[in-house]
Amino acid sequence: MGNYEFDLWVFMLAAFLGFQLIRGVSPLLHTPLMSLTNAISAITVVGAILLTGEKNASTLSRILGFSAVFLAVLNVVSGYLITDRMLKMFKRREPAKK
Amino acid sequence: MKLDDTLLPLLYMLAAIGFILAIKWMNSPATARRGVIVGEIGMALAVIGTLLRFEVVSYQWILVAFFLGAAVGVPIAYIMPMTAVPQRTAFSHACGALASALIGTAEYYKGLDQTSGLSKVVMVALIVETLLGFLTFTASMMAFGKLQEVLPQRPITYKGQNFVNLGIFAAAAGVGLALVVSPERSILFPVFAALALLFGVLLIIPIGGADMPTVIALLNSYAGLSASAMGFVLNNKLLIVAGALDGSSGFILSIIMCRAMNRSFTNVLFGAFGQLQTSAAGAGEAKPVHSATPEDAAQILDSARNVVVIPGYGMAVAQAQHKLREMFDILARRGVDVRFAIHPVAGRMPGHMNVLLAEADIPYDKLWEMDDINPEMANVDVALIIGANDVVNPGAETDPNSPIAGMPIIQAYKARTVMVIKRSMNPGFAGIDNDLYYRDNTLMLFGDAKSFLSSIVKELGALAKV
Repeated sequence: MGNYEFDLWVFMLAAFLGFQLIRGVSPLLHTPLMSLTNAISAITVVGAILLTGEKNASTLSRILGFSAVFLAVLNVVSGYLITDRMLKMFKRREPAKK
Repeated sequence: MKLDDTLLPLLYMLAAIGFILAIKWMNSPATARRGVIVGEIGMALAVIGTLLRFEVVSYQWILVAFFLGAAVGVPIAYIMPMTAVPQRTAFSHACGALASALIGTAEYYKGLDQTSGLSKVVMVALIVETLLGFLTFTASMMAFGKLQEVLPQRPITYKGQNFVNLGIFAAAAGVGLALVVSPERSILFPVFAALALLFGVLLIIPIGGADMPTVIALLNSYAGLSASAMGFVLNNKLLIVAGALDGSSGFILSIIMCRAMNRSFTNVLFGAFGQLQTSAAGAGEAKPVHSATPEDAAQILDSARNVVVIPGYGMAVAQAQHKLREMFDILARRGVDVRFAIHPVAGRMPGHMNVLLAEADIPYDKLWEMDDINPEMANVDVALIIGANDVVNPGAETDPNSPIAGMPIIQAYKARTVMVIKRSMNPGFAGIDNDLYYRDNTLMLFGDAKSFLSSIVKELGALAKV
């Protein structure tokens, strides 16, 4: 196959990119960052959909896949919404200072 | 077929770009919300692309699960109070990790049925995915329980704990390895899953509240790595990339947290503060302290030129952030410069205090990081400490025998006057006595943070009228 070698390269480069990007994130936003990355890692929904939607999936696959779609969608939805809700609160001071 | 070869890789690639930009734009509050939007678009593209794949033929269960997930997720996102953010985070790590463990389990049994079987490479990835998935699931549920105070927050330790934990982990890894060697021995899989689940529970038992920020970040990383391992199983680059981004993010955050406590990973995971507590608590006999009333405190704050507020977990518990904002407003109007000094590990997760203060409408340019505020502490008139203890304990700098020796602190003791709002003289979470409380320039303000602050606000209001 040799495919996994290519996958490992992808992983290595993505992890490196991640390190560089996260280092730039201000500590101010560490909590929203965590809920954002959590929502992003719910990309496992892709695997869950493939499992659940297959033509000849076994009952076990369907049940596990269904649960996984549910859990991943839960994370996607609440993760993005909460991140945005938190970010909305970060404001600079405009009024009443002058 | 055509669609799968051309459009799909493109959609996945766009999704990956969306995720990368989402994280990149988190580096400033000004662009962060844009980041959320591209992240959402990325996710939508990935989901649409997957639904269009030719293998996906039966939609009804997927749609039901979508609907249910959204039906639970949306209310959580809107109703949950900001003080519950650490619990919610732990809970979502648990959901994400469980999802990935379940998918791994299904892939394993699916592979068993197929004639092509499971290759060694796929098995390694699958074992990593399910191991991390299962252990992160129970560990996150335990962390959730501790944060929600369903479980005791104190670290629970016993003799030989590390030995037991490492033994269980070695057993899980051993059975996992056996499965890699001969995947057809399917009887081993439930054993492997049970050991991984058990290890997750045991891992968190000795973790105290003060270590939660590190542990939550670490669990974040594991959940991401599990998703990445799934990418290897399914040969899907998007999963690998998204998982690696999450994995490295959690990993960096936990390193930052460890550094902020001057401790190593192994020390956080295997060296609970618990053992040290008994010795430290014995030393705390009654020494004289100066205490003050809200009137005194209001007077001092009012006559100060600049004030630095140092919040900790106690502020979150007392929900005092809104009263603090009122105090901030009055003082700002009276020409007092008020800033907030945030220690990286203050609270129960990375950035916890920032979110609470932002929620209370405190402008983020008033929130200072430890390394930026420390050089200025000597010029500060009043340091007001609210529900923080270890992060201002000068013992970390002076006493080499202190359990927190070497931990970087916010140097509140350098301020001309130090005021500490605290319920009682009970030592803080780590059970370490704090020499700061007995100093001559320290005033202890005994009481609940929220009610004490509201008394201060009332007094300040009276002063403002005169």
